[in-house]
Amino acid sequence: MHLTRRALLTGASLIALSSTALARTYIGGVPWEPEAANPPQVFDPSARFFTSGERDFVTAAVDRLIPEDEFASASQAGVVTFLENQLSGAYGRGDIYYMHAPFSRGEPSQGYQERAPAILYRQAIADIAARLQADKNKTFQELSEEEQDQFLLDLSNGDVELEHVDAKTFFDTFWQDTQLGFFGDPVHGGNRDMVSWRMVGFPGARYDYRPYIDHNGRELNFEPISVAGAISQGGKS
Amino acid sequence: MSKKLPRRDVVIVGFGWTGAIMAEQLTAEGLDVVALERGVWRDTSTDYAVTNAQDEVRYRYRDELFEVLSRESLTFRNNTSQDALPMRMLGSFLPGTNVGGSGVHWNGQTWRFLPSDFQARTHNEERYGPLPEDMTVQDWGITYDELEPYYTQFEDICGIAGKAGNLNGEIQEGGNPFEGRRSSEYPNPPMEMVLAPKLFAKAASELGHNPFPGPSANMSQPYTNPLGVQLGPCTYCGFCEKYACGNYSKATAATTILPVLMRRDNFELRTQAMVLRVLKTGDGRMADGVEYITPEGEVYHQPADIVILAAYITHNVHLMLVSDIGEPYDPRSGEGVVGKNYAYQVTSGVSVFFDKDVHINPYVGAGALGMVIDEFNGDNFDHTGLGFIGGGYIATWQTNGRPMETHRVPEGTPKFGAGWKQAVRDNYNHSLGIGTHGAVMSYRGNYLDLDPTYKDAYGRPLMRMTFDFGDNEMKMSNFLTDRAVEIARAMNGREIRVARRTRPYSIVPYQSTHNTGGTIMGDNPRDSVINKYQQSWDLPNLFLTGAGAFPQNAGYNPTGTVGALAYHTANAIRTQYLRSPGPLVQA
Ligand SMILES: Cc1cc2nc3c(=O)[nH]c(=O)nc-3n(C[C@H](O)[C@H](O)[C@H](O)COP(=O)(O)OP(=O)(O)OC[C@H]3O[C@@H](n4cnc5c(N)ncnc54)[C@H](O)[C@@H]3O)c2cc1C
Ligand code: SF4
Repeated sequence: MHLTRRALLTGASLIALSSTALARTYIGGVPWEPEAANPPQVFDPSARFFTSGERDFVTAAVDRLIPEDEFASASQAGVVTFLENQLSGAYGRGDIYYMHAPFSRGEPSQGYQERAPAILYRQAIADIAARLQADKNKTFQELSEEEQDQFLLDLSNGDVELEHVDAKTFFDTFWQDTQLGFFGDPVHGGNRDMVSWRMVGFPGARYDYRPYIDHNGRELNFEPISVAGAISQGGKS
Repeated sequence: MSKKLPRRDVVIVGFGWTGAIMAEQLTAEGLDVVALERGVWRDTSTDYAVTNAQDEVRYRYRDELFEVLSRESLTFRNNTSQDALPMRMLGSFLPGTNVGGSGVHWNGQTWRFLPSDFQARTHNEERYGPLPEDMTVQDWGITYDELEPYYTQFEDICGIAGKAGNLNGEIQEGGNPFEGRRSSEYPNPPMEMVLAPKLFAKAASELGHNPFPGPSANMSQPYTNPLGVQLGPCTYCGFCEKYACGNYSKATAATTILPVLMRRDNFELRTQAMVLRVLKTGDGRMADGVEYITPEGEVYHQPADIVILAAYITHNVHLMLVSDIGEPYDPRSGEGVVGKNYAYQVTSGVSVFFDKDVHINPYVGAGALGMVIDEFNGDNFDHTGLGFIGGGYIATWQTNGRPMETHRVPEGTPKFGAGWKQAVRDNYNHSLGIGTHGAVMSYRGNYLDLDPTYKDAYGRPLMRMTFDFGDNEMKMSNFLTDRAVEIARAMNGREIRVARRTRPYSIVPYQSTHNTGGTIMGDNPRDSVINKYQQSWDLPNLFLTGAGAFPQNAGYNPTGTVGALAYHTANAIRTQYLRSPGPLVQA
């Protein structure tokens, strides 16, 4: 059983939202409100962004990026669930990004010049399927592991011509999001049972290391904890 | 049409680090002050609780504390032959957007610049001869000695932890022997070091350098500042820069000034008030207040006798340009001043990898926990024959072990896949970083103006940034990196990996939120926007705070100097301007 404060957290978040929606004036004191809080948003296990065909590609690809060993692969760690949540929400829509036209591809030093991430993913996955169909008459999942790795490497170098989107931009975005799902707090749907934190030895959401300042290079061995209050169960990787 | 509001003594645009400083100083003088902040109010106890502030996805990678580009962004290009394109996502720098501004999620590495930094042109030309033709480096028009009391004032408000290296001209054991004269010791003793900075210090000492603890706004002990506000000791939580502190241990506006300021009856804060432009009086000779818009779409005119722009350098420059104040800089003719001399910071790094019996435990860290050497900063060393001016510091700051952001892997590690995963696992807890932090000079072709194509959500043209590192920066950064490599080797680890800074400057990877220039300070209106009191040469009741004042950037983080300049300006308003409003320096 994981200990979680989810019920409490989601209830309180409604209050936080409504109290900051309008312009406000503050005079004569610090506007602290009892019980107002801005807790983590917990992922929705039923969130869906990918079609089943897209999900098959994404699952296969993230598991080449972070394959299984003694520790879970990306998809085993929940990275696909993480991506479904991210892409069906504010991140996918690009709510906080500058998304005004005109769009054009500049120099790498000028950064991301694609449309919102949800559009980028959808388009890139379709373009990749079309490319592989045309070149090899196969889906990504039908390639051997070596061929899959080579294809991902080519994408990362921008050596694959995709019809609508920049291959390297897609790879960079996809790889960053995959790592984020793997290393991020489990509250967002990935890093199941804090597997990546146990893998590297990161204690998670602790906040007081004063007793360990003079650790002098010795191993500290913390069990990780998540911002949702859950404690890793150790157990199978 | 905007609704006109009752006139106030002072309106402050932006309520971050310097907005809070100015509001506190001017309300203490009895002035009636209103601050307009585009973001919302945030509380440590509710918004940054220690149980959930440590979330990499939410804060670092989904930008919860950073500015929202869908409202306003900027466009970027490396040089005038390119078309500028919008910064669609944040990358190289991460300014803040709520009460407290970027100061909420800063590290707290709190430096003074060197006395010679303020005379960059005269000092370097006297010692090394004429500067390159396209280098538009200038003297500041203010000296270190003039600023010294205000550096002290800012450090005391913050409770900076450190060790003086120069007390009234006497060099002190254990401090930075190169720093300018300090009138007093730091208000708090240095932070206690973890292993990584100790290894750096040992190696640097063996090479004959003088390592010292970096000046830190993370509290080394409980502290009560001169306003009576209390801060608690830093817990080395390792979620410091890019995050807010849940422990009241990092000096920010909220932990040092707001508890006192917010209670004053002559202060009013309006949040979600996005200032669109500065308004001028009919004769165009004074600022008549500002225009702002609320989320409901209502537009207000807030008149005031004094207008202070404290909106962070990029927004201060943008506001000047869209409000048509002063002459915009033209890189072809070199005429004009607004947008001139935009600069930044040039950084590089070296990783050191150790055997598995050395546990670095990188997560036991803090934003400004580190050991530093200053041998190669500014003009602390002889540049003869080196082909560059300026320099930077070299340090091991142990800021974090957040696994997404910080997982060092050795040279030759595959980009992804099984080999990458194994390398992450083998090296996460057994590696450390050395960073170099270098100055950026100003150049004729590095500047800020308005973009001809892209607009923000309010219909204003975006600001356009044209910037690249110069030859000086590349040579200097390589020189610093070579010195860092020597220290890295002397640490006797298993192997090292060098990450030099390369050209062109890219807006993608995070480097620092140390943007400078564009509304630069100087001793005359022909080559500067503000005088040494940060007062506009054009509109004498308009003052600008922030790093826009820097005529070029030095080899240190900016905020110590930004804070000192704000207190210096506040003092000039209190003691001189209020007595006879008008230009404080004759043009
Ligand atoms: C991750 C990070 C690490 C850093 N680390 C260090 C460090 O270690 N040492 C150091 O010296 N410096 C550091 N800095 C830089 C430091 O945070 C800034 O120098 C400092 O906060 C600048 O103060 P300011 O008052 O100029 O701007 P800010 O503190 O950014 O405040 C500006 C305020 O203006 C508001 N605003 C902007 N435009 C408008 C508008 N049109 N209308 C209304 N409001 C507006 C913003 O929302 C913001 O609240 C760091 C910054 C970041 C982001
Ligand atoms: S490292 Fe220290 S100062 Fe920084 S956020 Fe954590 S407790 Fe606060």
